[in-house]
Amino acid sequence: MATVSLKGITKSFGKTEVIHGIDVDIRDGEFIVIVGPSGCGKSTLLRMVAGLETVTSGEVQIGGARVNDREPMDRDIAMVFQNYALYPHMSVYDNMAYGLKIAGTPKAEIAERVAEAATLLQLEDYLKRRPRELSGGQRQRVAMGRAIVRKPSVFLFDEPLSNLDAKLRVQMRLEIKQLQRRLGVTSLYVTHDQVEAMTLADRMIVMNAGRADQIGAPLEVYANPQTEFVAGFIGSPPMNFLPADMAHDAPPGAVKLGIRPEHLTLAQTGTAAKVIYTEALGAETLLHVDLANGTRATVRQDAIAPHPKEGETVHLAWDAGNRIFFDSEGQRC
Amino acid sequence: MITREGMVEKRGVGHWFTHLGLIIGLLFIFFPIWLAFVASTVSQPEIVRPPMPLLPGDQFFENYRKALVSGVNAPVAWMMLNSLIMALGITIGKIVISLLSAFAIVYFKFPGRRLFFWLIFLTLMLPVEVRIVPTYEVVANFGMLNSYSGLIFPLIASATATFLFRQFFMTVPDELAEAARVDGARPMRFFWDILLPMSRTNIAALFVILFIYGWNQYLWPLLITTDPSMNTIVMGIKQMFPSGDDIADWPVIMATSILAMIPPVIVVISMQKLFIRGLVDSEK
Repeated sequence: MATVSLKGITKSFGKTEVIHGIDVDIRDGEFIVIVGPSGCGKSTLLRMVAGLETVTSGEVQIGGARVNDREPMDRDIAMVFQNYALYPHMSVYDNMAYGLKIAGTPKAEIAERVAEAATLLQLEDYLKRRPRELSGGQRQRVAMGRAIVRKPSVFLFDEPLSNLDAKLRVQMRLEIKQLQRRLGVTSLYVTHDQVEAMTLADRMIVMNAGRADQIGAPLEVYANPQTEFVAGFIGSPPMNFLPADMAHDAPPGAVKLGIRPEHLTLAQTGTAAKVIYTEALGAETLLHVDLANGTRATVRQDAIAPHPKEGETVHLAWDAGNRIFFDSEGQRC
Repeated sequence: MITREGMVEKRGVGHWFTHLGLIIGLLFIFFPIWLAFVASTVSQPEIVRPPMPLLPGDQFFENYRKALVSGVNAPVAWMMLNSLIMALGITIGKIVISLLSAFAIVYFKFPGRRLFFWLIFLTLMLPVEVRIVPTYEVVANFGMLNSYSGLIFPLIASATATFLFRQFFMTVPDELAEAARVDGARPMRFFWDILLPMSRTNIAALFVILFIYGWNQYLWPLLITTDPSMNTIVMGIKQMFPSGDDIADWPVIMATSILAMIPPVIVVISMQKLFIRGLVDSEK
């Protein structure tokens, strides 16, 4: 178990800088999720912590020690890959034992540790099988088992659930969270899925084009996005962006007014909007409406509330406490 | 209903024709081998007197014993041993060298990596025959005429195999190498523990192809082995043909031909399963 510190990390491929200076201090045992759209540099950042990519400038510290020049094996980390990266010709047992075997761990201890991890992951019955004889979820567990048996001080996850189907993803998400709580190992988890990020993270790093736009606890990021990008990326359906002049008290320089779909309510009077279509999702209903100025907005309603038909005109209202203003740079103002 | 029955019937007939075609083709291909076998079981006068017999005679053991033990110039058993050493030397050598060079080209970044790859690839365009004179000169200067090393080393580099392994290694996901790196495996450990077992079927397929290539070498052994005790069996058959007015001992020559076919057949049959898997799919 250890803290992880990134100090001014940048990364260039040739002359192109893809990561422009990331600073973050991760506490011991914390679960950090790095989230962002594809190409934002989140995987590259994780791979630099792992030691699979060199750091162009800045410093990676694990447990207080600079590890920039250490091989992955000397960093006391374990990594779970997106496609699991299991050794296809080895049994589940050998897959999990391989790292320990290389480290020269005594056979009895290897057997003990693998058995322990297998129990934890409910893999006892599959130890003799080959990876190709397992389902996606089981392979995922083996990949985690391989990380657990080494008892590393940091877990690194690179989009570990993106190859699973939706249902299994929800289940494995829960298992990963429980496992991490139980083991208390500092974890860095990369994903492009903001729901995964919201549910797993103690704190999340929202990345955009090689920068950390915001670092904070999920609900804090949700409630107080610092940039327009974060506001639009976190939350599903995304935040509505209306022209700032729709509010009479907009601060100077404000260009956009952001408001979450659940904070828009239907009222007798207020901004007029035409319902374009409705999506009934069971527990809730989404109304997609067009304002008079052409802006498209989404309203989230309880399913039990009587909702208007498509083509009807409604009036929108919102509470002044729930709105956020952004300037032309996309920064909060 | 009628049309359906008609279709079934037609398909049945088509089935028969297909098989008939295959059987006739098989007979055509097999016939010369059968003739060789028959010729190896009869006596010399029976072969020379037309018509040539089509059923095996009673000289089977006599002819094969004569071939194996005394042969014409050198005992066939001895020539087969030479061939086996040469074929295995070439096969194993080629596989080891090409595995290692493909590993270097795919997994290591070093200056001139592409240059080396293309240099290796370039040698594909030069068959043994083209560079046979300079090669002979080199081998002769090293004093390797009439030796196993002289038979094996000039043929041991293989651009084809290097190329095939390179292509295979490039299909292995990078994450596997990274997982091994995180697990603490040094490059050679990764090669030995992971890449090599994964290449198993490819190695088997290449083994079959290269063994037959090595076993069937003709021109090179003919050039550098003047001592009959170093003759290989494929060139040895040619050496058995008489020069001038001598009478050819056809039953023994035919017995030798049949014997020469056995080891490649054994290799193909014993590795058939792996061989086919290596050609059609790969474990990933």
